[in-house]
Amino acid sequence: MSKVKRQNQRETKKSLRKELLLQGNEAVAEGALQAGCRFFAGYPITPATEISEVLSVRLPQVDGTFIQMEDEIASLGAVIGASLAGVKSMTATSGPGFSLMQENLGLAIIAEVPCVIVNVMRGGPSTGLPTFPAQGDVMQARWGTHGDHPVIVLSASTVRECYDMTIRAFNLSEKFRTPVILLIDEVVGHMREKMALDNEKEIEIFNRVKPTMPPEWYIPYEDTPSGVSPMANFGEGYRYHVTGLTHDVRGFPTSRPDEIGPFISRLHRKISFHFAEIQMADYFQTEDAEITIIAYGCVARSAKRAVIEAREKGLKVGLLKLSTLWPFMRTAVEKVLQTSKVLIVPEMNMGQISREVKRVNRGVARVVTLNKVDGTIITPMEIMNRIQEVIS
Amino acid sequence: MAEVTKLIHKYLRHDKKFPNVWCPGCGIGIMLGALIRAIDRSGYEKDDIVLVSGIGCSGRLPVYVDFNTLHTTHGRAITFATGIKLAKPSLKVIVIMGDGDAVAIGGNHFIHAARRNIDMTALILNNNIYGMTGGQNSPTTPYGMRSTTTIYSNIEQSFNISELAVTAGAAFVGRGTVYHARLLDSLMEKAFLKQGFSVVEIISHCHTQYGRQNRLGTAVEMMEQQRDQAVTVEKAERMKPEELKDKIVIGVLVDKELPVYQDEYERIRERAKEVMGR
Repeated sequence: MSKVKRQNQRETKKSLRKELLLQGNEAVAEGALQAGCRFFAGYPITPATEISEVLSVRLPQVDGTFIQMEDEIASLGAVIGASLAGVKSMTATSGPGFSLMQENLGLAIIAEVPCVIVNVMRGGPSTGLPTFPAQGDVMQARWGTHGDHPVIVLSASTVRECYDMTIRAFNLSEKFRTPVILLIDEVVGHMREKMALDNEKEIEIFNRVKPTMPPEWYIPYEDTPSGVSPMANFGEGYRYHVTGLTHDVRGFPTSRPDEIGPFISRLHRKISFHFAEIQMADYFQTEDAEITIIAYGCVARSAKRAVIEAREKGLKVGLLKLSTLWPFMRTAVEKVLQTSKVLIVPEMNMGQISREVKRVNRGVARVVTLNKVDGTIITPMEIMNRIQEVIS
Repeated sequence: MAEVTKLIHKYLRHDKKFPNVWCPGCGIGIMLGALIRAIDRSGYEKDDIVLVSGIGCSGRLPVYVDFNTLHTTHGRAITFATGIKLAKPSLKVIVIMGDGDAVAIGGNHFIHAARRNIDMTALILNNNIYGMTGGQNSPTTPYGMRSTTTIYSNIEQSFNISELAVTAGAAFVGRGTVYHARLLDSLMEKAFLKQGFSVVEIISHCHTQYGRQNRLGTAVEMMEQQRDQAVTVEKAERMKPEELKDKIVIGVLVDKELPVYQDEYERIRERAKEVMGR
């Protein structure tokens, strides 16, 4: 009850000033509601539970549905089901739950069902460090579900970005008919910051394109120039088949090579043709930077501090902050490579994005890693020290 | 054209490439026939029906019929069905599972959906074996029987699916066999019209795998065994437990009124709006 009350107080403030003191996880919940999410299924897990708690209060207020399922497998199953019935849907979890979701994640990819999965990352492997931050799930988000598949993964480093990126995740998932994963570090999920809300009318919301032709002409997985076909919701007169099996354009299982090949290619193409729309990064003082730090999540904040300090000392250091982790933003790295002789990649793992940076770099610059896996964040001082090492 | 053929034609997908994947003599076809007749009799429109299935022989059923159909991951059909029903309560959601699907890999989802009393029907085709993967031991393979993973003998006790559903809190539980096709029609019709979580266990035969490995004969012989083993609920009440050993009790096992999840959630919405307005 006290939670409900607290929630209400927050609501009142919002309508008065449009300025809030929010936790990252709460901002995710607010962003989801703003994006039009009306269904949430989840299972309690630290450090993502607040997202469930807030939505359990807020969703029924807006005629949405919240359900606590028996596990994370069931949670993503219910989310995909609700999305097929036409309701924007989401789940939130952390590493162990994200591992359980991998099979159904693959189903959402192959059946092209829009949905959003938020993973508030904690230390791993296994139960690991439930209340400590880490960035160990970056590669899992990319390759966790079996089979060759494209995926969209976003990252947030501030409370404000938790809100924005959740909306963006919904927009991208609806636009490209694919699950979108949002990775948040535990510290960002639990940190409280002041956040000003935009005018609701100015926020761009994208809803899935529905078929307009008569049902008998509808081909649910038809190839289109963009690679994305219109999506009919269950119960709207377009009776069609949805399956996790490799299927033909009508959705029926197929084992014909001339149907399998084009289908899998289209799944990849619908993402790769739209890199410019999907990929997003911030450049901070990179125009003349000889050393560029490439970071994401909470580490990008430390990196920004380090850049400011380095600039004060007259060092030409810049920051490339990645907001889209997958598909990996090759163009952003190539851009900073035009001036940089050294790339520093600090990460709270043993080097997951740094591999991608090295792949794009191809020996042009020196790539220096800074890896930390002890459950604490990477500080500006540590990044500054690495800059000093590089210079000397 | 005979009436029954017309009926089947009305509900089959004519743009689907037939034939189906099932072995000649399989009981799933009888289950599909009963499903079509029961849907037709219960008066639902094709657009309002969602068939959700898992993996295995039974998982292939929805593709052949002209409804909103969803073929999901192994054991998880009920979870997808939960999302569909809660997101759009006007839809009639029917879940089709095999014994492995429902009580092995999906056992957790099955008992929780029953406990929540979510308005949907679960049709469970129990043929005592994993058929599609080549005849491995399932949670309903009887003790002492043979499968490709228990060639020496099955040493596990088997699940009684209907009893499990009753204990987990399902509002309606019925059991029939593919031999008793007419009974299946009426059990399914009752289940489809029931408000709440309804279960129909359909005892079938897998003569290709289970029957062959245990020398139980042809499909017809196995169906005759179903006839000989079956006793009605009414008759079973007058029998002693030891007499009921190796028998299949058929009919309506449970039919009770329980609060339905969606109705309860509607109350939560009203309450939430009250709190918001305060």
